[in-house]
Amino acid sequence: MAAEGKMDALGQFELHTALGGLGRSVNFTNSNLMMLLGGGLIIGLLYYGMKPRAVVPGRLQSLAEISYSGLLSMTEGSIGPEGRRFFPFIFTLFFFVLMGNMLGLLPYSFTYTSHIAVTFGLALLVIVVVTAVALRIHGMHFFSYFFPEGAPKLLAPLIIPIEVISYLSRPVSLSIRLFANMVAGHVMFEVFATFIVLLGGAGVLGASIGILPLVLNVVLVGFELLVAALQAYVFAILTCIYLHDAVHLH
Amino acid sequence: MPQLDFSNPLTIAQVVWMAIIFGALYYVLARYTLPQVAEVVDGRANRIAGDLDSARAAKAQSDAAIAEVNEAGRRASAEAQAAINNAIAQVKAEAQEQSRAADERLNQQLEEAEKRIGEARRAAMGALREVARDTAGALITRLTGQAPDPSAVQGAVEGAMAAARS
Repeated sequence: MAAEGKMDALGQFELHTALGGLGRSVNFTNSNLMMLLGGGLIIGLLYYGMKPRAVVPGRLQSLAEISYSGLLSMTEGSIGPEGRRFFPFIFTLFFFVLMGNMLGLLPYSFTYTSHIAVTFGLALLVIVVVTAVALRIHGMHFFSYFFPEGAPKLLAPLIIPIEVISYLSRPVSLSIRLFANMVAGHVMFEVFATFIVLLGGAGVLGASIGILPLVLNVVLVGFELLVAALQAYVFAILTCIYLHDAVHLH
Repeated sequence: MPQLDFSNPLTIAQVVWMAIIFGALYYVLARYTLPQVAEVVDGRANRIAGDLDSARAAKAQSDAAIAEVNEAGRRASAEAQAAINNAIAQVKAEAQEQSRAADERLNQQLEEAEKRIGEARRAAMGALREVARDTAGALITRLTGQAPDPSAVQGAVEGAMAAARS
């Protein structure tokens, strides 16, 4: 870290075991601790928010209901009426990613969505669920997905590999998009913060110029909040689109 | 880059723990928390729909009542108009009948009166002839001193009267 005189913008992504000896014995990491916190927060929001069960909701209940209705309409809007079955999955996915992105913006926290292993694990889960749903609904007919109806038979050797590759690349693009966005944002924070420290130590002139990266970092926080929400939304809506394909086969 | 350091056992361990945490989160949300939200949200939607339905039913009822009132008013005014027309026609018919009866009675009376006048005139004419004959006889008796021939007097009176009448 900069404070230790070592400019390591990637140190923030280092994994440690959390929860002391217990965590060490089961390899429970600081990223998992943030996952627990995020999951606890969303359950807490829904539980305490909906506790009044008011017909005219208060603030917390409105927040809980908006997150429920907003995601439900998104799910049903992009998958169709059958989408309601997948709603808990989409909801969990969206808030798991959102909490990872948002909690990661707090100082001294850890951004678990900045780990490719985590995002790829989530994307793999999505693709496995989507494929399982498609196979369950359409059986072997699912494989016609890789050859669009009405396409000339002559082009089959070309179209089928392309479709298969594009299908298999879904989890890759899904996971790298989220991972890269999060890493880039956090590295930028750290790099500009390093500039502040370096310039701050370089006399009056340096300190006055050092204001600039500070201003930039303040702006970046707002930008990163947007990215955090947007990437969670993108992750969820892409999952919805994949599920739509699985349910309707084009 | 620590994210790509797959020799670190923690990199994969966090994914295993993530699977557990994500699974538990999904279970709790899908099983307990989301149905709780759905209950409140759907309950509100149902209540609003129910209220709207009952409002719609009440409006339909009041519309029907208004239509009924209007219909009744229209019918009543039509009935009243018919009654008025009826009464006017009846009164007119009665008046006509009365005037016709009065005319008839007057005509009858007129006829009777004319008949009476005719009779009176005939009677008067008969009496006049006798008076004239007697007067003529008496005048001749006084002037000549002898009674005239009654048949001659009769003839003269008849002739004079026929001359007077013509």
